[in-house]
Amino acid sequence: MSQASAQIRKISGHPGPVPGANVEPIYTVCKLIDTTTCIGCKACEVACLEWNGYPFRETVFDNSYQTMPETAWNYWNLIKFNEVEGADGSVSLLMRKDQCMHCAEPGCLAACPADGAIVQYANGIVDFQQDHCIGCGYCVNGCPFNIPKFDPATKKMFKCTLCVDRVTEGLEPACIKSCPTGCLHFGTKDDMKDLAETRAQQLREHYGFAKAGVYDPPGVGGTGVIYVLHDATNPEAYGDLPKDPHIPWTVQIWKGPAKWIGNLAMVGGLLGVVLHYMRFGPKRVEEQEERKGGES
Amino acid sequence: MSASHVVPGSRESRIVRYTFDERIHHWLAGISYVYCLITGLAFWSPYLFWLAALVGGGATARFWHPWSGVIFTISVLWMYKLWSKDMATTDADRAWSKAMKYYVENEDEKLPHIGRFNQGQKTFFWLMLYGAILLLLSGLGLWFVESIPAWLRHLSIAVHVIAALATIAGFIIHVYMGTAMVRGGFNAIVTGEVTSSWARHHHRLWYEQVTRNK
Repeated sequence: MSQASAQIRKISGHPGPVPGANVEPIYTVCKLIDTTTCIGCKACEVACLEWNGYPFRETVFDNSYQTMPETAWNYWNLIKFNEVEGADGSVSLLMRKDQCMHCAEPGCLAACPADGAIVQYANGIVDFQQDHCIGCGYCVNGCPFNIPKFDPATKKMFKCTLCVDRVTEGLEPACIKSCPTGCLHFGTKDDMKDLAETRAQQLREHYGFAKAGVYDPPGVGGTGVIYVLHDATNPEAYGDLPKDPHIPWTVQIWKGPAKWIGNLAMVGGLLGVVLHYMRFGPKRVEEQEERKGGES
Repeated sequence: MSASHVVPGSRESRIVRYTFDERIHHWLAGISYVYCLITGLAFWSPYLFWLAALVGGGATARFWHPWSGVIFTISVLWMYKLWSKDMATTDADRAWSKAMKYYVENEDEKLPHIGRFNQGQKTFFWLMLYGAILLLLSGLGLWFVESIPAWLRHLSIAVHVIAALATIAGFIIHVYMGTAMVRGGFNAIVTGEVTSSWARHHHRLWYEQVTRNK
């Protein structure tokens, strides 16, 4: 991305167009997760650790195949296993790979107070810059997917980078690379949307999943990670995938109107005391007053 | 603390207004509040994030802000222990409040006499006390954000912001009045002493009370 961002757009004193312009257009990238073909092998969990250099951490057994209850600061990719009983009494074991959704309108970024600690690249990837992170945890408040996690040792926040270091070098993310069933796909947002819709249509028409559909929630401007679900009307069944995620309204007010109302009030207060001083001045007590007061 | 004595070199007798204990806790609260204010404003707005650089950078500010808040709350609770009786509103305060216009416009001679603190000081005290408690409780929600449910996170943000802005309003007025407007007030909270005329002028009932048994 650093190379792409330094691509020259305009040029001075040059006859004709910018040399090399538009030969490398920047696409919005997207990860497609087809939950209907996931087998829960957790190869993506291992690949994520391998590529990002984290050791395997302690697991938590909770009567399911799930590795731990939720993602951790050094465990960014977690398959959530959920047994869901259908209306006919049949049981489905739903498996969803959980990680950062790389929202087009990221709540973490909106909530973050530290200059440059969270960035969104031109390709759509949302990335934490630990050099600038102050560890306040505001991103946790902003995220509708419960993704940013705090590392107590470094006091910084961490999450999935969508392997931005691989993607900018023309490679797919590590999780995609490792998937044995091909349920993970990576490409441009437009291509992945097409592929997802085609798969959902296939599921509806040929496999009896009448409610199959694509999860690309508009409340956060769409996401850089989209799902094909057997039942798109009930994403909550897939381990707390919110039906209509959006940046929490408290965060929106906090970072929007409350800021300007608060700033105006503070500046108003300062102006108020200055004006009072200019109009009425200080209260002085003359030392003689004791005698004067005593006489009256 | 009712002793009144003549300070050598001064033309006028001085009265002890604040004990050492009171002054220590006032300044503990004051310094910890200002630290929280500077760092809090840095987290509040990107245009004020530079304030964090004054106290060692964003990560350092983030680390100490909650601890400074704990110190502030403890010192304010200590002030409650010291002052809660003095801070109760009396009939004299109610009469004074009705005439507060004269206080604001520096026509003090038209004001009814009052005790050790005026209603403005009392309101400020209760504002900071309840503000400190709310800021600490909601601050815990922001501090340990990963350990609480989402609804409590959002409640914490709302309470912390509203309580912070309310205390800032009080703080601006308090600092202005204590330094620029009411001359002698700042000296009183540093040295603990005021002149007899200052005490007579601003807190006549208190002055009469502390000088009666002289």
